[in-house]
Amino acid sequence: MSSSRTLTEAVPPVPNLPESRNTPGAARLARLWERNQTLIPTLAALVLLFGMLIYAEVAYGRVFHAGTMSSLLISFAPTIILAVGMTIVIVSGGIDLSVGAVVAFTSVAGVMLMNIGINGWVSMALMILFGALFGAIAGVMIQYFNVQPFIATLAMMFLARGLASMLSTTPVQAADDSPIHLLATDWKIIDGPKVNDLTITPGLIIAVLVVLGGMFFLHRSRSGRTVYAIGGNESSAGLMGLPVARTRVGIYIISGALAGLAAIVYTAEVGGKAQNVTGIGWELDAIAAVVIGGTLLTGGYGYILGSVVGVFVLAALRLIITKDGTINPEYLTIITGAVLLVFVLLQRVLTRRRAS
Amino acid sequence: MNRVKTALRTPWFWAIVGIALLLLINSIKNPAYLAVSVNPTTGMLTGNVLDILRVSAPIIMIALGMTFVIATGGIDLSVGSMMAVGGAVAMETLSNLEGSSPVGAMLTAIGLALALAIVLGAINGFLVSVVGLQPFITTLIMMLAARGIARVITGGQNTNATNEPFRLLANGQILGIPTSFVLAIAIVVLIALAMRRTALGLMIESIGINPHASRLAGIRPKPILLGVYVLSAALAAVGGLFSVSEVMTVSVGGTGNLMELDAILAVVIGGTSLAGGKFSIVGSTVGALLIATLNKTVLFLGIPAAATPAFKALVIIVLVLLQSERVRSWFVSRAKSPRLPSPPPTPSAEQGTSVTKEVVA
Repeated sequence: MSSSRTLTEAVPPVPNLPESRNTPGAARLARLWERNQTLIPTLAALVLLFGMLIYAEVAYGRVFHAGTMSSLLISFAPTIILAVGMTIVIVSGGIDLSVGAVVAFTSVAGVMLMNIGINGWVSMALMILFGALFGAIAGVMIQYFNVQPFIATLAMMFLARGLASMLSTTPVQAADDSPIHLLATDWKIIDGPKVNDLTITPGLIIAVLVVLGGMFFLHRSRSGRTVYAIGGNESSAGLMGLPVARTRVGIYIISGALAGLAAIVYTAEVGGKAQNVTGIGWELDAIAAVVIGGTLLTGGYGYILGSVVGVFVLAALRLIITKDGTINPEYLTIITGAVLLVFVLLQRVLTRRRAS
Repeated sequence: MNRVKTALRTPWFWAIVGIALLLLINSIKNPAYLAVSVNPTTGMLTGNVLDILRVSAPIIMIALGMTFVIATGGIDLSVGSMMAVGGAVAMETLSNLEGSSPVGAMLTAIGLALALAIVLGAINGFLVSVVGLQPFITTLIMMLAARGIARVITGGQNTNATNEPFRLLANGQILGIPTSFVLAIAIVVLIALAMRRTALGLMIESIGINPHASRLAGIRPKPILLGVYVLSAALAAVGGLFSVSEVMTVSVGGTGNLMELDAILAVVIGGTSLAGGKFSIVGSTVGALLIATLNKTVLFLGIPAAATPAFKALVIIVLVLLQSERVRSWFVSRAKSPRLPSPPPTPSAEQGTSVTKEVVA
């Protein structure tokens, strides 16, 4: 009697796990549901994106237009590059608030290097290197000194912004023969009638390559899996023998280097002009894109392509506001904040359900 | 002897040393730096020290609010934007009420600015305490939105207004000391009494140490968390009022811009750990004074004002590194073991748990 009682008492804590494991169909269904659940925010972003684009097309016209689309893509190329880096950082459970300021510092420093006669390509390589250096400092502070990521990168943000202002508080301009201008050449792919050309720039191609590289890194490579493991549970990642320290510092180096790359693309796009006030609020754009694209701020889940969708949502938002004209541009940050809040709340609801 | 030892251990003792050093540097550059003279036209005292006190008033306000938020283990990145909101509401109200009685207009402006800030702070607090969002993302969104709200209030313009009593908020003097500084210190004393004479401060600290345990101990964390964010927003709005009354104009992009780090920096200088769980009001106030002195020194040495963030960043990097366990254990056990254990053993349990909590939260 007493033995059977202990048996029934011993069983209940375990049953859920073996039961679902015994029925593979149910387990597969549960896993499918689990996977799709993490896709819900991304799908919501896609629905929102197409809804916005269709609304804009109906209301203002000329949206699904090669000309509109290509100019939108080209102007958001730097944001796409930043969003890829931010996705990797956020999947690891961190945050990088310094990217906007690093863009400002690297662009001012790069243009000044070009102007003192250093080869343009070398200067551009140095811009990426400077960005990586900021990331490296932040990464070391976070990994080895237990500084919270947002404090470490906030400090980097102020350091980069301050150093950029020390270099120059007035705009600096790259010479006309500088190779950086080559990155903004228009390549006509489809010669539409007059305004309807499909054009791309080398800058846009760089952004596409960064997206592909980011997808390979995060979703296909071993280091990418380590990034997810760190974001999921740092201590178990360490116990599994994954190189947590090296990967974490690497993540911030990547983010900083991509900020340097975004600075190159942006500086080329604006005609070689660099300023110490460039990039204010870009970190928020990148974070917003990542969050809207379905990456969990707590880390462990997320897709590079989702963040690209997130950038497009922001782009469509701006398109509608500029096309509309009756919406004050002052409302732009409030609307961006509201959209971001909605997606953070959506994440919260989904993670709470998963936790319970 | 013991007293000297405790003084050396107090973090804000070093902040005072820092202020003294900065003032010394300035005095070396210009021996008359500390001199206070009487302005013949207005009959008021003028001097660099009084300037520092005046510009420190807004920083003291945001640092005070940030102290309690950080003590609960949170962060408020929206204080700079909240200053802009407070300033925008005040300037817009004053310019609309220019014909009516100046004192009435001033009181309306202050009341409206505080009311809006309290609403926005309550939104922050609600999202953090009830919905359970991370403080830094909640307040990051609010930082974005509040800056936009400030723009909407003034229609994107930098509004200016004339109102003599409001102007005296920052430019007036009480017994030769700038009014805004006197008011700021009065607010600090009032809030310090409220925190330390009641159990409120203790409750805030207990939430910062372990919200779960404090709930089991009978403390309800939600209303306290909500209150902390409301207080921070309201104090930031007061800071915004001080800051716009100095020039009687609000710059929707510039007022309070990048001041979040000033607040965080002041709190960290004052010895409040970013991990939460304890706070020092005196420390944050001294920290704010140090930042104001640093701002003025950088300007005085002829470095562009836009470059000050770099100096502040260096200060904060050094401070957070000194707070980290790795550096502490270097100091403690340098003689014992030359090699560091890779996962640092937790000398203080409180520090260890709060760090992991931050990672999880």
